[in-house]
Amino acid sequence: MISRSKALEALEAQSQELDLTEKPLSQWRLTMRRFRGRTSGMIGLGIVVFLILVAVFAPVIAPYDPNEVLIGKEEGIKPREKPCIHILGCPEDKPQHIMGTDGNVRDEFSRVIFGSRVSLTLGFFTVTIALLVGSFLGAVAGYVGGWLDNVIMRIMDVILGFPSLLLAIAIVAVLGPGLQNALIAIAIVTIPAYARVMRAQVLAIKETDYVSASIALGASARQILLRRVVPNALTPLVVLATLGVATAILEAAGLSFLGLGAQPPTPEWGSMLASERNNLFTSPHLVFFPGLAIMITVLGFNLMGDGLRDALDPTLNR
Amino acid sequence: MLGFITRRTLLAIPVLIGIVIVVFLLLRAIPGDPCTAMLGERATEEACERFNEANGLNEPIYVQLGIYMKNVFTFNLGESIRFSRPVSQMLIERLPVTIELATSALILAVGIGVPLGILAARKHNTIVDSATMAGANVGVSMPVFWLGLMLAYLFAVVLNGTIFELPPSGRLSAGLTPEPFYEVWGWTIPESGFWSGFLEFLGNFVIFNAFITFNWEVFWDAIRHIILPAVALATIPLAIIARITRSSLLEVMNKDYIRTARAKGAREGRVTTKHALRNAMLPVITIIGLQLGALLGGAVLTETVFNLAGVGRALFDAITGRDYPVVQGLTVIIAVGYVLVNLVVDLSYGYLDPRIRVK
Repeated sequence: MISRSKALEALEAQSQELDLTEKPLSQWRLTMRRFRGRTSGMIGLGIVVFLILVAVFAPVIAPYDPNEVLIGKEEGIKPREKPCIHILGCPEDKPQHIMGTDGNVRDEFSRVIFGSRVSLTLGFFTVTIALLVGSFLGAVAGYVGGWLDNVIMRIMDVILGFPSLLLAIAIVAVLGPGLQNALIAIAIVTIPAYARVMRAQVLAIKETDYVSASIALGASARQILLRRVVPNALTPLVVLATLGVATAILEAAGLSFLGLGAQPPTPEWGSMLASERNNLFTSPHLVFFPGLAIMITVLGFNLMGDGLRDALDPTLNR
Repeated sequence: MLGFITRRTLLAIPVLIGIVIVVFLLLRAIPGDPCTAMLGERATEEACERFNEANGLNEPIYVQLGIYMKNVFTFNLGESIRFSRPVSQMLIERLPVTIELATSALILAVGIGVPLGILAARKHNTIVDSATMAGANVGVSMPVFWLGLMLAYLFAVVLNGTIFELPPSGRLSAGLTPEPFYEVWGWTIPESGFWSGFLEFLGNFVIFNAFITFNWEVFWDAIRHIILPAVALATIPLAIIARITRSSLLEVMNKDYIRTARAKGAREGRVTTKHALRNAMLPVITIIGLQLGALLGGAVLTETVFNLAGVGRALFDAITGRDYPVVQGLTVIIAVGYVLVNLVVDLSYGYLDPRIRVK
């Protein structure tokens, strides 16, 4: 019961204190109303919506194909060209490259735009896998209890016993480098967080009157779990999942930076940054822009998650 | 208290065993047989047979696990394939780099994060508060490797030639060689064995070593080299610590005993430091312990960016070079260290808050 578990314990305790007698729908509405009142949460939501739009309309926004090598297609174009923006005084006769060109003479701006697709997809998928597996394990552990509970939660403790990025690195080492394996690795290391919160929720909800009523009415264990327990346990998991997208994107970028995640020529921010890091002193823009994109994306999900959490617990003094 | 310590320590043992098992299984999960994984692709059948025999690989898997655990707990971590050197020797050389880096980062994170959090709480709902928390939000979202590279560019290129110029990589400037303290002091040390290894280990803490031997040139040079990596590594923990300090302090400030303290006429500064802060520090200490995991993970990235030969970098090189004994040994040591540090944090928590001991 050591390590990262402390932060989770706090979240568990907090979720146990939630008023679970309210109808789930009204709690959601209440939360949403409170969420709208928080500036930072709304800024986060704004960033996330913006990024989703960028990802969806990437082919429309990006002036070039992200993998198109421009050498020979544009006159006088060189690798690692400095940004050229016409309205900021770059001569009109030069082709416009808002973020310059990279080492393979591709348009950096287009690659950054398309990178949003990779990062968002990865973030959502990782969290979805971790959320599904984690909450299933947590629900089973909490509902069934006994030795099964013990076995599941001790395994979770062991996973939490590793520094998360290191375990992810070790898993990718076994599975082999690649975006898909990075996704699996990050999902595995984040499963315990969801399992613990779900378990705490289930333990709390199991004792409520409406569950007793369902049992008295002869509902099966599966019905009770899926119809009564899970819907009521979802709210804290949603917060965790939103913050989880931020962590997943950050860790995936870290893995890609180390060459264990996305492989070239995939326009992934972490690997774009890694492939140009040796040219930092001559073309800093090729490191600056992908990193900035990572930071803004992670910031968006962090702000949104914080806003959601505050909205769920208005007594918190944040 | 003794009962509490025993209970917590005992609770850590299954986790430690679990970690060793997970690392063992991870290695077994690598496609292909362990012999080619350990000895490399070009290993002959004969060599494999000898290797299997020597490592008990012909035994059933649970016996192998037993042998492996015995090795780990007796610090027999095997030998690197690529460098044909014991993994423990690599630890002696590289662990001090990482510990020095992580400690510097932790000092920065706590030394700046806690006062910032207090400041934000004291100036609650003012521009100072909002600015600090906005900064903390950005800090939490910062990719360590990006920040590191940007800092290197700023301090080594943009500020080149000014007094703020800082070296962008390495541990010491070329030409500077630190002399280990045991040589300076003329100690005669045994050829091999635990003590020579331990002394060598201590001597590899460049900053500490230069400090105790009064070698100020090396000392300042090492400090100048560690500033940028430490700042990069400290950013995320710093932001988290500032946030937790603030929210924890704000929560405590609403308590009855704070009102009592104010009612009896204690000054605001005294109320904050003596009454509120002591109680508010508990969650902060927990978070500091948790951040160590992030520091160790971040160390891989930071050491890569700043070309530091620490364990993080060694682990990464071992993974890309398929040097599995090194991967196994370093992962086990790092994870075990992480669990032990958190055990200490847990114990200090019990010491600070007597209620925890009873639970």
